[in-house]
Amino acid sequence: MNLKNFKIDFKNKKRLIPQVLTIFFIIFVFAYFSYNAQINMGNRGISFGYGFLSQEASFDITFSMIDYDGSYSYGRAFLVGLLNTLLVSIIGIILCTILGVTIGIGRLSQNYLIAKAAEWYVEIFRNIPLLLQIFFWYYGALRLLPLPENAINFNDMSFLTIKGWYVPKFLWTNFSLFFSSFIASLVAIFYVFKYAKKQREEIGKHVPAGLISLSIIIILPALTFLLGGVTLQFQYPELNQLSDTVYNFKGGVSIIPELISLALALSMYTATFVAENVRAGIEGVGKGQKEAAASIGLTRGQILKLVVMPQALRIIIPPTTNQYLNLTKNSSLAAAIAYPDIVLVFAGTALMQTGRAIEIISITMGTYLFLSLTISVLMNSYNKKMAIKEK
Amino acid sequence: MIQIFKPNRGNLNTSLSIGLPLIALGFVDFFGSTFLSTNITGFLPNTLSYFFPLIAGSLGLYFIRIEYSGIRILDNFNKNVNSTTFNSVLTLLIIFILFKYTPPLLNWLVFDADFTGSAKEDCTSGGACWVFVKVWFKRFMYGMYPNPEQWRINTAFFILFVLVGAAFFVPAKYKKFIILFMLFIYPIIGIKLISGGIFGLKWIETGAWGGLSLTLIVSAFALILCFPIGMFLALGRRSELPVIKYSSIGFIEIWRGVPLITVLFMSAVMFPMFLPDGTYMDKLMRVIIAITLFEAAYMAEVIRGGLQALPRGQYDASKSLGMGYWRMHLLVILPQALKLVIPGIANTFLALVKDTPLIFVVGLLELAGMIGLAKTNPKWLGMAIEGYVFAGLVFWVICYAMSRYSQRLEKRLSTER
Amino acid sequence: MSKIIELRNVNKWFDKFQALKDVNLEVNQQEKIVICGPSGSGKSTLIRCINRLEEHQEGHIVVDGNEISENTKDIEKIRAEVGMVFQQFNLFPHLSILDNCTLAPIWVKKLPKKQAEEIAMQNLKRVQIDDQALKFPGQLSGGQQQRAALARALCMEPKIMLFDEPTSALDPEMIKEVLDAMVDLAKAGMTMIVVTHEMGFAKEVADNMIFMDEGRIVEKAKTKDFFNNPKSDRTKLFLSQIL
Repeated sequence: MNLKNFKIDFKNKKRLIPQVLTIFFIIFVFAYFSYNAQINMGNRGISFGYGFLSQEASFDITFSMIDYDGSYSYGRAFLVGLLNTLLVSIIGIILCTILGVTIGIGRLSQNYLIAKAAEWYVEIFRNIPLLLQIFFWYYGALRLLPLPENAINFNDMSFLTIKGWYVPKFLWTNFSLFFSSFIASLVAIFYVFKYAKKQREEIGKHVPAGLISLSIIIILPALTFLLGGVTLQFQYPELNQLSDTVYNFKGGVSIIPELISLALALSMYTATFVAENVRAGIEGVGKGQKEAAASIGLTRGQILKLVVMPQALRIIIPPTTNQYLNLTKNSSLAAAIAYPDIVLVFAGTALMQTGRAIEIISITMGTYLFLSLTISVLMNSYNKKMAIKEK
Repeated sequence: MIQIFKPNRGNLNTSLSIGLPLIALGFVDFFGSTFLSTNITGFLPNTLSYFFPLIAGSLGLYFIRIEYSGIRILDNFNKNVNSTTFNSVLTLLIIFILFKYTPPLLNWLVFDADFTGSAKEDCTSGGACWVFVKVWFKRFMYGMYPNPEQWRINTAFFILFVLVGAAFFVPAKYKKFIILFMLFIYPIIGIKLISGGIFGLKWIETGAWGGLSLTLIVSAFALILCFPIGMFLALGRRSELPVIKYSSIGFIEIWRGVPLITVLFMSAVMFPMFLPDGTYMDKLMRVIIAITLFEAAYMAEVIRGGLQALPRGQYDASKSLGMGYWRMHLLVILPQALKLVIPGIANTFLALVKDTPLIFVVGLLELAGMIGLAKTNPKWLGMAIEGYVFAGLVFWVICYAMSRYSQRLEKRLSTER
Repeated sequence: MSKIIELRNVNKWFDKFQALKDVNLEVNQQEKIVICGPSGSGKSTLIRCINRLEEHQEGHIVVDGNEISENTKDIEKIRAEVGMVFQQFNLFPHLSILDNCTLAPIWVKKLPKKQAEEIAMQNLKRVQIDDQALKFPGQLSGGQQQRAALARALCMEPKIMLFDEPTSALDPEMIKEVLDAMVDLAKAGMTMIVVTHEMGFAKEVADNMIFMDEGRIVEKAKTKDFFNNPKSDRTKLFLSQIL
């Protein structure tokens, strides 16, 4: 969008009139809506304003990553919803990438069984509405899980039940030290690659940067355990009898079935699109490229790294980022199974309690818009930088 | 790679004598535990015994992975199925999943299922209770629409079907009229037929509409209406007039940046605030307007793709012949651009059909919503899986057919050029 | 001059179709050979077998003392000594011309970047596109791209150069610039095997001509004899159609 060209030519009547009409139309529509809104809100005894955000929310949320209860404000409730949305989106993105890449590569396999299986996966999970897939996992598959007293037991460390997946809680001491060591290893790896590149360019020596980086990221954080006084203990979930027939798990962290079904459905659905993008990307690199690279003596690994992947990634990344965005927007389907994401918490419960439809929905839509536009802008600048130059 | 023992042509006999028995062992164990309920590896801990066939099989395949052994069958197998460890493990996994889970699945779906009866008690076997679907079928198809009036919905769809068919087979001269009729006149006929209130047809309020027919009604309307709006938006975005250009861009990006659920909430909750106090717009109409505007933004991008793909020469030639903006677009540009993006339009329609189940969040009970209602009926508790499997199958068939058709269309159109 | 390429009783099938039938060929150092023949005769398949872009099922192919087998290490060694120019150029579009040329010397021969760039500029100058070094393939004309592809192959300092219809995808005006570059290369003493229809080039540069039809080498002769006195009837028919 280049606002430098936003010049309205006032002399040319034919071009001026439609634009003026459009502006009037837009202003008219806005005025009409605002006028009615004011009257309607007046009738309900509410005045337009975002001040309600600091009022006490007085409702609970079943799952929250930060401290929250009914005495916190609506603004805080919004934050909880937002974090929950981001949580399920990030998990979904990671899972769908792994699954999608595997299936995408599988579709190109010479192995007939793998290629066909991948093809059917895509055809099945792409053509069933996401909402139904969520329902199926939530009302169907996950309802078949056992009650806590008969939980599926993973070595007494974690338990899978109908009420959720109970995993050990990580109890850290000196977590900040561990975290800093992790960041430090990332920085070190950056310099390792820089050094390797310099060595390669100046004297032609190839340093195994990958191997070194791997050892750094394992050894450095491990050192903090041995020398830095970092400890990690686990609080295991334990079966707890609440009454004659009702059991529960105490301790540990419980991953609610809503989150599990949402994450599973989102990943499996979006993975189909990612798989198709990956396939298009790899197929889009012509056979001749691989042959030319082979003919100058590059090894298979080098061909993949230096010739195929750079070209394939340019084809794969833009539509895949779009899919990540779709996944984030689709996470709003959480409302259908009561996973407390932004829509359910804010545009659902909070709206019902306060009746402030315009403010709440505008904030909700605004949040998603902000996410979308940010990713769009980043994607556009990435595209410009990476575009293969042509005449 | 640490080479402990690499199977190659030299140690052919050793490798084969280790590998083949391992594979056989894995196979026997798998066969036994799946079909014959005997577990020869029962002495191993639970998880190990379950996955033993996989482990034995992968190890065995590793040993027979000999490059160019000279035995033709083995070489073919190794090249296609057993080329890398990753490949072989994946293949074994797929076979494992297929054979372990397909028989029980088929049993549940078909062989043990109950098809006859009229109440939940008739579902005695352990399989799927399709009686549920049978009893509720009319509700799933028509929602709460009264049974004696359902012929009206059928008629409306039949007319649409005939029109679409006519649009394909009628000679080009009449195509334009059929399409215009479909876009502008048929919607009114269809609505009047289904809602009634005239010509002695009983009035049925939109809240009673539901089931698959509602899904199709909403999709059809949204598609028909979003098409012209999308076209104007696409043209607007490419306009040279700044006000029009930027308002189109703004409109498109806003609708594309938000999830459909928030749009539906907006239509149900926020929209009434914008209307004069006391006016009531039918909920279904609000929902259709919301979905239409939402999909129009996506349609606009699809059409814009077509407009961009047209060679500049077409624009130049039309202008040089003296055609103005509208004439050029109506006679030359749009006919070509639309033909280019028919696959894209089909994709958008497909996405639209997959999006319609969401309208249940605002209380309109299309297919998924009806199933949600049915499964909480006290006489039919616990039928959730059958219901959603049924819905999944119905949607899958519709969407798969549409996507296949659009793929064929795309192939046919791309070879035409 | 000693043998540098030898093919003995080479047979190759694509599934059921036999593309090469009992091919025997010897190429000496600094020899220039042009292979011609109708399409589908196996010309491209033949030279692609020499750098193992295609696999032969029967027979022996020996390049500079190394027998081509399934052993990948050997194949990569051979490919470093045999350069190839393709009909579709196949330059890497995401790298500049200079980077296209330095890629293999840096990663295969492990040369320092500066040295690789010097060699690259020398070769680019040889084919007269050194001024385009920093441009990208998409910004060059067809003839420039093919010359860049030639320079890229030369940067590995190969002993043998294979050409698979190098000018067939070019507009007529650009064919000459590529052929000129190839003539220069020939004069400098490179061993060349060229599959082409450009008979003018063949007459000027080739030591020996080979005519292939239906997977067999039908006739091999010194250039002068080939054009003035073709022995086989099929050769005569082919020559009458293209000359």
